[in-house]
Amino acid sequence: MARAAVRGRLNWTLGEVVELIDETPRVRSIVLDVPDWPGHRAGQHVDLRLTAEDGYQAQRSYSIASSPEDARLTITVEGLPDGEVSEYLVGELRRGDKLELRGPIGGFFVWEAVSGGPLLLVSGGSGIVPLMSMLRHREAADATIPTKLVSSSRSWDEVIYRDELERLAAAANGPEVIHTLTRSQPPGWTGYARRVDGAMLAEVAWAASSMPMTFVCGPTSFVESVAAALVLLGYPATSVKTERFGPTGG
Amino acid sequence: MEGEELRLDGNAIAGALGEVFVEEMTSARIACEGCGSVESVGAEHAYVQAPGIVLRCTHCDSALLVMTRTGSRMRIWFPRSRWLETGEPGND
Repeated sequence: MARAAVRGRLNWTLGEVVELIDETPRVRSIVLDVPDWPGHRAGQHVDLRLTAEDGYQAQRSYSIASSPEDARLTITVEGLPDGEVSEYLVGELRRGDKLELRGPIGGFFVWEAVSGGPLLLVSGGSGIVPLMSMLRHREAADATIPTKLVSSSRSWDEVIYRDELERLAAAANGPEVIHTLTRSQPPGWTGYARRVDGAMLAEVAWAASSMPMTFVCGPTSFVESVAAALVLLGYPATSVKTERFGPTGG
Repeated sequence: MEGEELRLDGNAIAGALGEVFVEEMTSARIACEGCGSVESVGAEHAYVQAPGIVLRCTHCDSALLVMTRTGSRMRIWFPRSRWLETGEPGND
């Protein structure tokens, strides 16, 4: 916990793009080498600032996807229609480019292996990004804390980190991963095919009596309906940490 | 405009707070003057698309903290909060 203590004010720094990974047709991971990166905790984010030639600046927050144990910093960005920053990051950014960023930021929506569990992670769309940092951290730390991820995506092709999630779930002591596909499902799909609701959570989430630590991330309406459903299931409101994306990330 | 879909969490203003405060502020507690509740800044509601940043009480919607920037000046005020406490809770 001492790491959350005094650490100086946030300053802008430059990171170099060392790898670009297409996660889905609309989502890309950007792997950065950031000299003197002070390290982060799973769930934290960074601010990115783009400056146009005419001096116009646009700034956005992106969750960190990589584990604290990873020397390289990875963010994952969903390209949004008319999103001036996200479209650039997903469509035009190239390896070797430099990005201006500051962070790590936040300390509330954070999970560390020493925090314990059981752990319940619930994501809507690209809300999975900070939760993936937690899952990667859990694996890197060899933690065996019982963990469930409930991931809502529009379709199988839009499941971010799909292969890695399958690998993590198949490992000994791996997390249990429950997918729901809200818009279209592949042939033979036997999983959930609707928005996350109270009935689904009653079936798959930890019993409230096991006192889980819960992190919910996604669009505002998703986060609020999931958090409300969990409270109805008996989860104390203070045990459910939320991160709302809002209508767009831009 | 502070519609439902524009509502974010206090996590979203951590960067702006980090420009001013040296400590990590989303874990800080803030006390609402409207309803008396105490929550972590990260658990309160935040609106960032207004001309400034507004942090509102998750229980009663009171404006707890407002930040506006004019040129190089950043102004922070606390319309409906009693106090703001940093550090780990309950460690003393």
